[in-house]
Amino acid sequence: MTTIEATRPRLPSAEPADDRVVRRRLGPGRRIRFGYAVGPVALLALWVVGSATGLIDPRTLSEPWTVVATAGGLIESGRLQESLATSAVRAVLGLLIGVAAGTVLAIVSGLSRLGESFIDGPVQIKRSIPNLALIPLLILWFGIGEEMKVITIALGVFVPIYIHTHNGLRSIEGKYAELAETAGVSRGEFVRHVVLPGAMPGFLLGLRFAVTGALLALVVVEQINSTSGIGHMITLASNYGQTDVIVVGLVVYAILGLVADGSVRLIERKALSWRRTLAG
Amino acid sequence: MATHPGRLTDRTAAVRVRGLHRSFSRAGGVLNGLDLDIAPGEFVALIGRSGSGKSTLLRALAGLDRDVAGHGAVDVPDKVSVVFQDSRLLPWKRVLDNVTFGLRDKDAAQRGQVALAEVGLEGREKAWPHELSGGEQQRAALARSLVRDPELLLADEPFGALDALTRIRMHVLLRKLCEAHQPAVLLVTHDVDEAIVLADRVIVLDDGVVARDLRVDLDRRSQADPEFAALRAQLLAELGVEDDSAPAPRHAHTRYDRKAAS
Repeated sequence: MTTIEATRPRLPSAEPADDRVVRRRLGPGRRIRFGYAVGPVALLALWVVGSATGLIDPRTLSEPWTVVATAGGLIESGRLQESLATSAVRAVLGLLIGVAAGTVLAIVSGLSRLGESFIDGPVQIKRSIPNLALIPLLILWFGIGEEMKVITIALGVFVPIYIHTHNGLRSIEGKYAELAETAGVSRGEFVRHVVLPGAMPGFLLGLRFAVTGALLALVVVEQINSTSGIGHMITLASNYGQTDVIVVGLVVYAILGLVADGSVRLIERKALSWRRTLAG
Repeated sequence: MATHPGRLTDRTAAVRVRGLHRSFSRAGGVLNGLDLDIAPGEFVALIGRSGSGKSTLLRALAGLDRDVAGHGAVDVPDKVSVVFQDSRLLPWKRVLDNVTFGLRDKDAAQRGQVALAEVGLEGREKAWPHELSGGEQQRAALARSLVRDPELLLADEPFGALDALTRIRMHVLLRKLCEAHQPAVLLVTHDVDEAIVLADRVIVLDDGVVARDLRVDLDRRSQADPEFAALRAQLLAELGVEDDSAPAPRHAHTRYDRKAAS
């Protein structure tokens, strides 16, 4: 080996030669900085250009600058913050209750055969009933107050959390349970150290569906018999033909959705740093 | 294993198996009345053809065969550790947390670090399992089993997935660790050479019973040793493999076909 090394001609230049055979990449490749922002920014640009050139009729969709001005006015009067706070509290409460319920049910049903027999069927039945179809019944049961709104949101949240956490939990390889058995850990330790982290990828996928589900339910409940919140603001504006206010409301919903989805993805990247996948 | 605490009053045997039957189907048993004793600190290698019941026996000793039909008596110590063929590190736990998995003592982390240093993985405590090579993962698995101070170490082809060079290094390491910790060891392997290099006793399993029980009394565990070659030929013959190179030491480096031996 050494003799071959010695007879190899040394390169005269300071730059070491870099001749290599490179295969065409089939995975998605390196992460783009702020890649998540490219799509939304492009849409925004389309809106600005469309309005400036008059391609978009302001009666159909208000110009972005009008929307900004309207938003400024709404903030000044305090209406936007107030509506946003009301909506955010509803969404967060519903999300928390739904996530907790979905997770607990998924773990009980995933780890115990008896639990599965009792829980899985009803959840699958609930899954096939559109959440919004339950609203008339929920109004009869809980009235038109905050309770009904939060429960509707929670019902929309717990299904995806349950489905994906349960699926993630069941796809944990049996060999890890075997390892835990030989290591002599208790059931609680098994849940904490094996089941929860193993089901985490599924749970976080469920959480992304849940967050958008929560916003969807929020929009609907706020447009029914509501006297506060972003949805109420939009309904009111619709009655008065205020396109700009409607757009402000929609933009707020969009921002809420983006922020929520972004936070879940951030959690995903932090919590799943042990994984080595195409996500990178 | 806390299944029969205190039943082993005399400590002359770490493992005592009597009349062990296990079967996966009505057609026939995998283990057919097997008897086995392993003394404390004794290193026993278990070889046998595929389907001879090696893994079934190991799983019975590990207490992992609750769904398998059978009867017989199994007595093992309280503290049993298992090393699997795959390292079976939890991918979501860093190496040190994997080593101390299930330990409840306050000094668990410290003991884990000592165990990692012992297997040559100092400084890798914070690494994720997927960042380790196959050999390193298996060393971490060894550290995980030894940090529990086992009285019995069960190893199911622990080096089967490693390359030949790494395997030789692991043999040296395992012998060193076993001399330091003195657990009784039951090592299941396909590799006759591995069995002779490592074990005090080699047991050949056939048709669910102990077909041969040989003590390895070699001063030098070198494949160049004629006695090594003779023992190897004897074991291979027991497994139904002809090895015509065996009597000549100059051929001792020839690797026999592992598939044929299995």
